[in-house]
Amino acid sequence: MISGVFVYNNKGDCIISRIYRDDITRSVVDAFRVHVIHSRHEIRSPVTNIGRTSYFHMKRENLWLVTVTRLNANAAMVFEYMAKFIELTSSYFGQFNELNVKNNFSLIYELLDEVIDYGYPQSTDPNVLKLLITQEGFNAAEKPMEEQAKITSQVTGQIGWRREAIKYRKHELFIDVLESVSLLMGPLGPLNAYVNGSVRVKCYLSGMPDCKFGINDKIVMKDARPPNPLEAAGKKKKKKQQQQRAAPIAIDDLTFHQCVRLGKFDTDRSISFIPPDGEFELMKYRTTQNIKLPFKITPLVHESGNKVSINVTLKAEFDPALLGQRIEVRVPVPSITSKVHARSDKGKAKYKPGENAIVWKIKRINGGRSAQLNAELDLLQSTKKWTRTPISVNFEVPFACSGLEVKYLKILERKLGYDDGSVLKWVRYISKSGSYEIRY
Amino acid sequence: MSEAKYFTTAKKGELLELKQQLNSAKKSEKRDAVKKVIASMTVGKDVSSLFSDVVNCMQTDNLELKKLVYLYLMSYAKTQPDLALMAVNTFVKDCSDPNPLIRALAVRTMGCIRVDRITEYLCDPLRKTLKDDDPYVRKTAAVCVAKLYDIDPELVMEQGFIDALTDLLSDPNGNGRRKRRRRPLGDRRILPQCVPSLHTAGPVFDLNPGTVSKLLTALNECTEWGQVFILDSLALYDPEDDRERQSMCERITPRLQHVNAAVVLSAIKVLMKNIEYLRDTDVKASLYKKLAPPLVTLLSSEAEVQYVALRNINLIVQKKPDILAGHMKVFFVKYNDPVYVKMEKLDIMIRLATPDSIQQVLAELKEYATEVDVDFVRKSVRAIGRCAIKVEGSAQRCVDTLLELIKTKVNYVVQEAIVVIKDIFRKYPNKYESIIATLCENLDTLDEPEAKAAMIWIVGEYAERIDNADELLESFLDNFSEENPLVQLQLLTAIVKLFLKRPTGTQELVQRVLGLATQESDNPDLRDRGYIYWRLLLTDPAAAKSVVLCERPLISEETDLLEPSLLDELICHISSLASVFHKPPNTFIEGRVPGRRVAPAVLFEEEEEQQQPQQQPVDLLGGALDDVKVSTTGFVLPKTLWLDASAGKGLEINGTLARREGHMYMDMTFTNTTAQAMGDFAIQFNKNSFGLAPAAALSVPTLAPSASHDTSLPLNNLGAVQKMDPLPKLQIAVKTSVDVVYFSVMVPFHVLFTEDGKLERGDYLRLWKDIEDSQESISTVHGVTQATDVVLKRLEASNVFSVARRNVNDQELCYMSLKFVNNVVALVELTFTPGSSSVKVAIRSKITDVIRGLQDTLETLLTGGPSASEC
Repeated sequence: MISGVFVYNNKGDCIISRIYRDDITRSVVDAFRVHVIHSRHEIRSPVTNIGRTSYFHMKRENLWLVTVTRLNANAAMVFEYMAKFIELTSSYFGQFNELNVKNNFSLIYELLDEVIDYGYPQSTDPNVLKLLITQEGFNAAEKPMEEQAKITSQVTGQIGWRREAIKYRKHELFIDVLESVSLLMGPLGPLNAYVNGSVRVKCYLSGMPDCKFGINDKIVMKDARPPNPLEAAGKKKKKKQQQQRAAPIAIDDLTFHQCVRLGKFDTDRSISFIPPDGEFELMKYRTTQNIKLPFKITPLVHESGNKVSINVTLKAEFDPALLGQRIEVRVPVPSITSKVHARSDKGKAKYKPGENAIVWKIKRINGGRSAQLNAELDLLQSTKKWTRTPISVNFEVPFACSGLEVKYLKILERKLGYDDGSVLKWVRYISKSGSYEIRY
Repeated sequence: MSEAKYFTTAKKGELLELKQQLNSAKKSEKRDAVKKVIASMTVGKDVSSLFSDVVNCMQTDNLELKKLVYLYLMSYAKTQPDLALMAVNTFVKDCSDPNPLIRALAVRTMGCIRVDRITEYLCDPLRKTLKDDDPYVRKTAAVCVAKLYDIDPELVMEQGFIDALTDLLSDPNGNGRRKRRRRPLGDRRILPQCVPSLHTAGPVFDLNPGTVSKLLTALNECTEWGQVFILDSLALYDPEDDRERQSMCERITPRLQHVNAAVVLSAIKVLMKNIEYLRDTDVKASLYKKLAPPLVTLLSSEAEVQYVALRNINLIVQKKPDILAGHMKVFFVKYNDPVYVKMEKLDIMIRLATPDSIQQVLAELKEYATEVDVDFVRKSVRAIGRCAIKVEGSAQRCVDTLLELIKTKVNYVVQEAIVVIKDIFRKYPNKYESIIATLCENLDTLDEPEAKAAMIWIVGEYAERIDNADELLESFLDNFSEENPLVQLQLLTAIVKLFLKRPTGTQELVQRVLGLATQESDNPDLRDRGYIYWRLLLTDPAAAKSVVLCERPLISEETDLLEPSLLDELICHISSLASVFHKPPNTFIEGRVPGRRVAPAVLFEEEEEQQQPQQQPVDLLGGALDDVKVSTTGFVLPKTLWLDASAGKGLEINGTLARREGHMYMDMTFTNTTAQAMGDFAIQFNKNSFGLAPAAALSVPTLAPSASHDTSLPLNNLGAVQKMDPLPKLQIAVKTSVDVVYFSVMVPFHVLFTEDGKLERGDYLRLWKDIEDSQESISTVHGVTQATDVVLKRLEASNVFSVARRNVNDQELCYMSLKFVNNVVALVELTFTPGSSSVKVAIRSKITDVIRGLQDTLETLLTGGPSASEC
């Protein structure tokens, strides 16, 4: 199990060190610095074994988060834990970078003390830990007795993610369907396209509400039952869209927040849960079929001698009423480029010599429209052949590329018995680009 | 709140200043000072001289400050054990604080201060907190037991902390625990926290159907990390029957939907280990089908988690290639993937390649071959070669692709391509030789030994088709002494091949290379090979031809598969470091020697245990083979020669001892080697150590000359007893119509073990403690090559019963009991180390005389004897 956790800055200075088991000494700090951080070889694995001691590292921003073990530890668990820890610290002080870590080092030590005991990860849920450890040196000991008991029972209690006796005057529920679309486009067509989606819920509900969540899942839709259409889904509902939305989608795989009753899902594929208070990620899903690719990119390259001309067409392939935003097309150019002349009929195109790329930014574009970029490149003389790296695209569009649609979210509170109809529910769909690559 | 400033101080007299601040009356100044101390500690400065000043700050009601002081204490207590004692009072006091957070903090920290004298004081507060009303405190205390166990296991046993843990785990609805009834589930959620502590503290964290069912229930209710601990423990459990196995698998499958990759992978580990053994093929197929989507989903995690997942997927597709068949596309490499992810994806792509998908794979590989990262490009080129060898139909396309790549003239691509083309030639001889000319063009650009050697091999192998082969090879000779041994050996062989194929004009060349190899090289391999060729060529050129130019076997399809036994072992380690390194754990972690020997204790007293069938059915074919001698319940050694024909006056007896259905038998083959008939056989035993005597008369008919007869003589142990030396010696007299002959045999002990030799855990424990350590004998048996389960089954079939099993530091310990026909009981502890064929055997018995013979018998049983495959 985990024997120690360390944080290094880019230079290799150790800025956080916490040893949990005495099968290691501080000498591991130097061993990792010498063998990995200062190593001249490129890193070929996030796991390194030096002298029968194993080091797991994650490099984020300008920091190295390193975990050390002497045993045959569960590697997936260690990395998941590290990712959770970074997430946790970010929820306290924003980005996990050197300045923030140094500025909050006593907080980090408190967290490290709480989230691992003797090398075994304990609760890493930010909602719970924020009750336990607060940033402003807040003195938990001063809280009234009952409150402390509540905190401790929540750290261990059965429904660890929700306190009892939560009260709201206005019951509201926000559902965000966030998708990241990834595409690997080859010259002959898409090689691989998939959507990683997540449903994030912000919930302001009293008591212990039992919720049931429904989507247009193909497997469930087979034994069709008229679902309650969800009200207040936003203004931009158009006829055509509603028609499209009726189509059930095939979901390849689903994963759920720990509040969802997995056993129940396994038997009848229904998603039921008691939600945590506030914001949480209800589920993640993955689809690979019938993905609506929001943008079509057509590159044309003409090479002649030391001149290259690149022409890129971007077409927004979605409903004209919708607006794509923050579009950024990155067109790589040869490293021996000496001069670039780039024009675009929409947005701004700029050559970034440091990155060997033309970056073309479009603030927003309506569906159905297209835009063009023309670039003339002068190259230095060289015998080296230009190996083209893929064009990548970033964007944000207000619909779900997977076609997923929220059908209903029913709420049942037995004790307080407030009405499902009295809860205001909001749904929003956003798709962003994952790794959207076009080879040519 | 900016704390970065604490890292910057490096003034003179800093320590003195800190000391003053620590003793300041102002709280804020004190806190600042402690923070400064911690910051200095972190960057590696020695601040141990401030120990007493820091400890003085411990008495505070500020939780944050307290935590920092505790942190300091944990780091420096070892260097200042005397001063650390100063802190004890505060700890003890804090353990009774009304605030549960402070109680938990105190007990957690105390466990981390590893000073012997402090542990004494730890016991009382620990006992109290284990029974605390607050679940958070109990949870923390449970982990503390593990900490204490690592410091002083005996103390933990003495103080009954293991029992206290058991209390925590046992059903909270049980009698007499009214207090906890209000929180029946609170305790179940503590359980997973206890699981790892029990493994550390684990004098047997015993898994049986009862505990497993509890763990499975707890799975639904605990944190994600708790689920990982539980699943990892379940992976060690071997269900008793098919029904239990199936229900366990079914209860675990919902975990595949968990958002935490570690939960998913651990669930996959349990499933991969168990599905294989399910009998119902439909269930099996449907379970396997459920594995694919979560495995693919793992690829959308953080890069590091993806890497762990990919390393594991690599194992899984080797074991069950069809699970992920059809998911090829998800392993396509993205430009922005980290290199380590790219490399792993590439490996898996090749493993999944089929004739249907090969075209797509090749297109991808060609794309990758133009990337920037040199190692990745090399691997991609190599992968093209692997495709050609794996899928015959694609070979032509692969060769074309490789030729295209060679034309790019990128040095490392060319070299890599030549290495794989050599393999393609070896797989498909006489098919693609037309490309040799293209290859030869690149001869002078080669600078890597492997590529050079490959090229030289090609030239030598096809010398008859390359007009200027002699010139090409000669060009390498000039720098012969500076070449890599690999190149030297290849060059030597290639030139000899050339000479045999084209003797005219190459004689000088071959003499030169033989001279270089035998006289100027100090590499023994090269010299030896040189001499062998030389002599062959001198004495018998025809023989030389048949040796050097013989037909070569085709190379196999998959060259980089893991060995099946290693693969099976790694499957059991899915998600762990072993699965990431693809190595058994003992190759990268230190095998810690357990400090003290602890008797196996039983944590969960489960009643079901007793209902377990006493003997497992062994003979799956039922009675079908009853009349065949080998269908015994126990282990039988093959017959050996007991009585030589010369000593037996023409009678030869081959025999062995066996135990079947609770009775002992002496199986013998009588052979008459004389020229006359022989009859009137009778048998008698001398007094012996176990009172063995024939239970029936010997039934052997009159034997014609050179006839033989198999007989099976039942035995009992009602005869006269006399201690023999050595103990298992049995003297036998056989009367024939010719004469009476005498001989003696050694009774293998395993026929003497009775069917009721299985001890209850409690009895076992008691007996183990009863027998002194001095009466224990330890030996090591080598050559145990079969899986532990197979070995244990064999032992069980021979009435050596397994009472408990547990894993400690990756070693598997088995506690076994056995009973002789004369009611002598012996206890055995076997220690299996994965990846090693040696087993440590420890035997305890009140009657020490039997130990030596037992060692021999156990060795036979463990290794499976001379005929392991039979049983």
